[in-house]
Amino acid sequence: MNRWRAALQELKKYPTAVAGLLLIAFLLGLSAYAVIAIPYRQALELWRGGEHWQAHPRNAAPAWTNLFRRRKLPPTVRLDSVDNGLAEQDELAGLRRQRITLPFTFNYFDFPSEINLFLETEFTRKTPLLSIRWQTPDGRQIDLGAYRPLRRQRLSLSQDRELAARLGHPGHIGLMTGSAESEHPTVLRGDYQVVLEILHFEPGSQLRADFIVYGRVHGLAGTDHQRRDLLVALLWGTPIALLFGLAAALGTTLTTLVIATAGVWYGGRIDAAIQRITEVNMILPLLPVLVMVGTLYSRSLWLMLAVVVAFGLFSAGVKMYRAMLLPVRRAPFVEAAQAYGAGSRRIIFRYMIPRVLPVLVPAFVTLIPTFVFLEASLAVLGLGDPLLPTWGKILNDAQQQSALYNQHYYWVLTPAAMLMLTGLGFALLGFAMDRIFNPRLRSD
Amino acid sequence: MSEFATGDGVNTKDATLLSVRQLRTWFELRRWGLLKVGDVRAVDGLDFEMRRGEAVAFVGESGCGKSSLARTLLGLYRPTAGSIWIEGEDMAGFDRHQLHLYRRKIGYVQQDPYAALPPFMQVRRILREPLIVHGNRDREDQERKIRAALREVRLEPPETYLTKFPHMLSGGQQQRVVIARALILKPALIIADEPVSMLDASVRVEILNLLRQIQQQRNLTLAFITHDLSTVRYFANRIMVMYAGQIVERAPVDTLLDQPRHPYTQALLEALPDPDPDNAQKIRRLPKGEPPSLVSPPSGCRFHPRCPHAIKGLCEIKPPPEFPIAPEHGAACWLNQPS
Ligand SMILES: Nc1ncnc2c1ncn2[C@@H]1O[C@H](COP(=O)(O)OP(=O)(O)OP(=O)(O)O)[C@@H](O)[C@H]1O
Ligand SMILES: [Mg+2]
Repeated sequence: MNRWRAALQELKKYPTAVAGLLLIAFLLGLSAYAVIAIPYRQALELWRGGEHWQAHPRNAAPAWTNLFRRRKLPPTVRLDSVDNGLAEQDELAGLRRQRITLPFTFNYFDFPSEINLFLETEFTRKTPLLSIRWQTPDGRQIDLGAYRPLRRQRLSLSQDRELAARLGHPGHIGLMTGSAESEHPTVLRGDYQVVLEILHFEPGSQLRADFIVYGRVHGLAGTDHQRRDLLVALLWGTPIALLFGLAAALGTTLTTLVIATAGVWYGGRIDAAIQRITEVNMILPLLPVLVMVGTLYSRSLWLMLAVVVAFGLFSAGVKMYRAMLLPVRRAPFVEAAQAYGAGSRRIIFRYMIPRVLPVLVPAFVTLIPTFVFLEASLAVLGLGDPLLPTWGKILNDAQQQSALYNQHYYWVLTPAAMLMLTGLGFALLGFAMDRIFNPRLRSD
Repeated sequence: MSEFATGDGVNTKDATLLSVRQLRTWFELRRWGLLKVGDVRAVDGLDFEMRRGEAVAFVGESGCGKSSLARTLLGLYRPTAGSIWIEGEDMAGFDRHQLHLYRRKIGYVQQDPYAALPPFMQVRRILREPLIVHGNRDREDQERKIRAALREVRLEPPETYLTKFPHMLSGGQQQRVVIARALILKPALIIADEPVSMLDASVRVEILNLLRQIQQQRNLTLAFITHDLSTVRYFANRIMVMYAGQIVERAPVDTLLDQPRHPYTQALLEALPDPDPDNAQKIRRLPKGEPPSLVSPPSGCRFHPRCPHAIKGLCEIKPPPEFPIAPEHGAACWLNQPS
């Protein structure tokens, strides 16, 4: 065991190993954070999408991308009538008139991606009457019409055809530009106001408005076409990827080792059978089989893990470890140990397995990212676990939504970066370990 | 406990440590790891006894089954037929526990000392392993025994060697560690399979003397396997000459070296380098011909194809039994048939 501690000490001398360890530590930290910050069920729930995300913009880039832009993209502006509205009321003849003014400043060079108004109305019998007025920085007043809102209603100014026809552009552009007639509208920067005039017909009736001018950047990771915050999948993708990679690498490595050892130890027909199965197994391609299982049976991550490990049983590693163990098995010192009475367990664990550990451990470390990539590849092919938020799933969505064509680069780059960091971290560590444990392989 | 005759007719006087009856160790020869095409008859019907405290040399050409015999005695190969009796008990009847105890009674010294020592263990660990395997968990006692064993093989002071890895030792020192390992469990029998053939000529004598001394001091039984008759005279009490898995002649050392009765033994002796410097240039060689196939050995006497005295119509047909010549001297050759 001392030798292992010494090896770890030596790892510190390799900058690449330290970098790898730091990357892995970062990924582990991220996993811990993800699991603690967003409990598993909540993560699944969030990733399923839906109403939870209605206040998020679609396809917004990460907010930090603005640092690299000369023309800053707008973030989302959200105004709640309860917190932000300037409300005035007056009563006359059983009617109550209420005016809510929602002011906001818009100083960006690009249009918002959408403008929505969410209304919550409380009344017993008679619906209040709402009329909306839009006031631009240059003082124009645009009438947005009158409504009898339902108890919960979304008014989408960007999808209002009638409004679009009137303005010459969809709402979120037409309302935010000075020269309405222009072919290439530009943003009119300054202070806007939305004024809601409400006529209540009942004493108790109430209207709450949530006004959202959706931006084009959002949070750390941006959002996807379903408005989901990609941070959920980027964060939760980490523990899933690590767990899958670790479990698959551990499963295949251990079983491979056990099988190789058994073949070498028992020799004869058992060894021959193991060799033949391995040879057949080596020419069976894993990915197509996974695709088949995924298409025909189930896409559960755990099933995929089981298939990967099952394939790993008789992987090429069996050949490699056998080649390393066979000389030990036949070494005179093993014969000597048997002669004085050392049992099979002692010989296997003291003499044989320690011989392969220096190769096995680095191989194991470098194997982890290959399984992470495998899982991501499956997801990209549309065979990812349908429920889990993973990096591969983000890439799959991005691909289906033609993210690159639509210039949503962040959508592809962030999960790809996570995958690359994972690969890099484990590869750096693994290669350094290989150099330390197997000094003969050193190039110098 | 073992002072009565056993059912097999083996008379186990207290002096007899080991007796071997009709011992056969055959290896199945398979093609493509499946199809059985024959047997390699490495050990093919051996009968002999070894008394406490005696050194017996097994001599024969390469491939005559000497190592296979050693491994069979060590319990590493299961005999195909026949029996091995140790202190009056038949090894075939041993359960796991008894086999474990049996292994403790036999020390094994191998040919290539470097290969015989695990390269990844220090000398202390190498010597501790047998103790651990046999239930000694007392660190201090282990340490005492390890040091004593190192002293016994003249690796002194022991401290210098305890933390050495095998590759840090010379060939002679390595072989001393191998011997120490064979001795550490206080065995009754040491099987030394060509213990010096891989060593430098300069250290061979030292190692042989060491083995001899230890054997005498401890009154050990020693099975000394060699293909080199020249070392045997100073070393063994008795010699058994093996040919193609069988014993062809046995005798006390002096008798055998001076009055060999089997043509094969005679040939072996003639092949020895002549001590007389005038004849040193004369090339001596074993009888012409290939060593016999162990898969399909020659009919009759296995030596007949190479034998200069082969009797037509007899030697190639009937395998000779062992004819007694003198007490303790016997040769399996028709020439020695009492007339
Ligand atoms: N485990 C085994 N499986 C198959 N054949 C074997 C095995 N061990 C030995 N043999 C064969 O048995 C025969 C005798 O081998 P053995 O090693 O006993 O000879 P030896 O007298 O010790 O020779 P050497 O002087 O070269 O050491 C050889 O033909 C060898 O190939
Ligand atoms: Mg041999």
